[in-house]
Amino acid sequence: MARRVSTRRKAITTLAAWSVGFLIFFPILWTVLTSFKTEAQAIADPPLFLGFDWTLENYAVVQERSDYLRFLWNSVIIAGGSTLLGTMVAIPAAWAMAFVPGKKTKDILLWMLSTKMLPAVGVLYPIYLIFIQLGLLDSRIGLVVVLMLCNLPIIVWMLYTYFKEIPGEILEAARMDGATLREEILYVLTPMAVPGIASTILLNIILAWNEAFWTLNLTAAKAAPLTAFIASYSSPEGLFYAKLSAASTLAIAPILILGWFSQKQLVRGLTFGAVK
Amino acid sequence: MTFLARALMGATALTLVAGPALAEKLTIATVNNGDMIRMQKLTDDFTAKNPDIELEWVTLEENVLRQRVTQDIAAKGGQFDVMTIGTYEVPIWGAQDWLVSLNDLPADYDVDDLLPAIRSGLTVDGNLYAAPFYGESSMVMYRKDLMEKAGLTMPEAPTWDFIKEAAAAMTDKDNEVYGICLRGKAGWGENMAFLTAMGNSFGARWFDEEWKPQFDSQAWSDTLTFYLDLMNSYGPPGASSNGFNENLSLFQTGKCGMWIDATVAASFVTNPTDSQVADKVGFALAPDKGLGKRGNWLWAWSLAIPAGSDSVDAAKKFVAWATSKDYTALVASKEGWANVPPGTRTSLYENAEYAKVPFAKMTIDSINAADPKSPTVDPVPYTGVQFVAIPEFAGIATQVGQEFSAALAGQQSAADALAKAQSLTADEMEAAGY
Amino acid sequence: MATQHSRAAARLMMAPAVVLLLGWMLVPLIMTLTFSFKKYLPLKGGDLGWVGFENYIRFFTASAFWPSVLSTLILVGGVLAITVVLGVLLALLLDQPFWGQGIVRILVIAPFFVMPTVSALVWKNMFMDPVNGLFAHLFKAFGAQPYDWLSQSPLLSIIVIVAWQWLPFATLILLTAIQSLDSEQLEAAEMDGAPVLARFGYIVLPHLARAITVVILIQTIFLLSIFAEIFVTTQGSFGTKTLTYLIYQRVLESQNVGLGSAGGIFAVILANIVAIFLMRIVGKNLDA
Repeated sequence: MARRVSTRRKAITTLAAWSVGFLIFFPILWTVLTSFKTEAQAIADPPLFLGFDWTLENYAVVQERSDYLRFLWNSVIIAGGSTLLGTMVAIPAAWAMAFVPGKKTKDILLWMLSTKMLPAVGVLYPIYLIFIQLGLLDSRIGLVVVLMLCNLPIIVWMLYTYFKEIPGEILEAARMDGATLREEILYVLTPMAVPGIASTILLNIILAWNEAFWTLNLTAAKAAPLTAFIASYSSPEGLFYAKLSAASTLAIAPILILGWFSQKQLVRGLTFGAVK
Repeated sequence: MTFLARALMGATALTLVAGPALAEKLTIATVNNGDMIRMQKLTDDFTAKNPDIELEWVTLEENVLRQRVTQDIAAKGGQFDVMTIGTYEVPIWGAQDWLVSLNDLPADYDVDDLLPAIRSGLTVDGNLYAAPFYGESSMVMYRKDLMEKAGLTMPEAPTWDFIKEAAAAMTDKDNEVYGICLRGKAGWGENMAFLTAMGNSFGARWFDEEWKPQFDSQAWSDTLTFYLDLMNSYGPPGASSNGFNENLSLFQTGKCGMWIDATVAASFVTNPTDSQVADKVGFALAPDKGLGKRGNWLWAWSLAIPAGSDSVDAAKKFVAWATSKDYTALVASKEGWANVPPGTRTSLYENAEYAKVPFAKMTIDSINAADPKSPTVDPVPYTGVQFVAIPEFAGIATQVGQEFSAALAGQQSAADALAKAQSLTADEMEAAGY
Repeated sequence: MATQHSRAAARLMMAPAVVLLLGWMLVPLIMTLTFSFKKYLPLKGGDLGWVGFENYIRFFTASAFWPSVLSTLILVGGVLAITVVLGVLLALLLDQPFWGQGIVRILVIAPFFVMPTVSALVWKNMFMDPVNGLFAHLFKAFGAQPYDWLSQSPLLSIIVIVAWQWLPFATLILLTAIQSLDSEQLEAAEMDGAPVLARFGYIVLPHLARAITVVILIQTIFLLSIFAEIFVTTQGSFGTKTLTYLIYQRVLESQNVGLGSAGGIFAVILANIVAIFLMRIVGKNLDA
């Protein structure tokens, strides 16, 4: 399969690809570097790349001001919980759509996706009032439910595209052997779909982690995740690039690391059935 | 998946272990300004005195905070026990009975010590609805060294014409020194705070006594034209995105000759750890145009308790602590007198130690020079110096601010910006039923 | 293979997801619809009675309305154009054999993990700031005047920020699609002496059509509701007020829930028109 190319061509491609990769990654790299500078070094002209006195001071200041772990924990619970709950609701639905398609299946699927287009700002007030009534303001449960509903269409769709790729004959064979529907899903379908489910979960954790409208507007102190953490650093008085960078690094690091470790699954997950 | 399941179980376990807490929890919403961050650091003093009260901080950037607390109080969400709000919100919310009256603070709080101008701004029908954490007016901060180099002397009470002359003389664009830094970022608490106060000194006003918008007046045209001319000729690049914080960094890094802004900035620009020009800063009253009003505002970040709080007593204890004389003394002992929250108490300005602080006198003079009850040259139906104390103002002024900011960015002329401001204000006021 | 029995079971299995989403859509929507016919001002006592279509008329006749629709379209269109074009080019490049593919892919994918708030803050302050930003330093190093991105080209700046976040997404999907391209077909064309452009136009691009539609669909869904990037950078100044932002301004800044709700209903209708339009294309391509 491998195409044979000259070393020279490979070298040129390497150079080009690395340059582009570096360019795209640069803003993140720069943020991480800046987080180890002093405030004065952060705005130095000409800019300092590596030749500065590395310091952890900004991280200390940030941690002193806001308890990072508490925000982190809330983010983990909210992103993880909403994704898990969403996947549990979505698996049966996606199964039904993939293996027992009716005339309306396609319409239902497209309708589900269209609910994602409702502008959140437009319904903030109703949701806020409902949350007050149910006592859900500033609770993790409330956010888990809202983010689950926000991402449910994406989860259903992604799972549907994976399930569709699984040949129906295998399921039929299992049924012949007398497997119940539950067993069929649990022991035949799920193992085959694990990679697909894993990448669906990953992508949705990322989406939920980065969601900044509901998480900011429906929380105060107890359930506030990292999006609220960053909102207190956006423009403090005086020089703040280094502190902003430290807070930013802390906010994105967990998901960046998770994403990198699982990028293979993720890449597969991102195809949305677009690639056969 | 198992990891998540375990994480979820862990979370449940954690809540169980935490159990029913004995301490009363106060959720405090505040701005990420320097003085509030300091307060957050010093809360050990409060919790030591009140071991049964636990504090939870929600520290947000100003715009986010405003949106959050307004939303919460208007929809009666009850998420906060103490809110940091300003002299704009207090009269409106107080009149709606959305805030708890603070008339019964303990005697040693010495409520009569509060500066009269500030106190009256936080009082509705004889009820004090918020306790001032720090008060501010605006004034001119300038670089003494650059002024000297330009061969000029800053008078104690300059005129706008002098400011322009000095800005021209101090500007040295090759070395990134800009004669004047002013707010340009759109927002009712950003550029409109400055421009409304500046307008007052030019004889402009938001509304006449029939609540008719006045952006079509000559006075507003003069104000905006002067401002645009000043900023385009001697201001820093990108001024239309500069708010208080952006200008503060510019001034601290020596890029501004003059900066007209909040008096609280004085302690930051004279603080040698943050400011590269700490020992070169002078102060003067905000400029005037010879019409009897100066272009300075009056504002107090204050602590208020929403009526929906279920810990009113504990909240009152906290509010009293944070705005007390003892708190001032605490900050002074830990961080020096220059860093105490300014502009709230008469006693502070009678303190001999505080009088040594270079900006103390100019701050109190500026505060005393502002009159929220009669802010303009011509009579108006509203109170408020740099704002109009009606609920619609924030929304309208932010949109007007965006027009003015676009004019500063060179996207439209002053006349266009004023015409749009006039029509959108008229529109919104009509919708609101004035 | 679908029996009566399994159909019933399928319906049952779809029920939770459908019911949840129906509730999530209908409850707020009905409340918003109700508000939109009322004078509802929380700061003046809340519900002040029915006003018919007044809110709609006011929303549509406001001078900010049409510019906001236009900004929305430019923003969405701009980001789509950039991410699709650069995404295709990048995918073609990354498809070539070179050393360190794994690492480069990690570098390219990274922006997708960054919170929108964080990326907007970083771009705004550390790159686009006209005094202390990196671009300003760069311009000065070449003797040019620093450019004030966010006030001189506000919409373009926001498009750049958003496109940076979504480029990895587009690239990855397109790369996977290219990798599935039959290389023998390409080689055969190369042998036949077909020029590079022709090979791209007749073989690669048609093969990518499906992946491109998916990119466009998914991104449009997310781009229509862009909020954080605008809130952090320009707060809707300088013609960057999108429909979403305009509604935000009505509901939260002016605290006029009735007016904002009317705008919300309009946005819902607009989103659905776009959705139907997109679904038509994608639906065909997806043979669901």
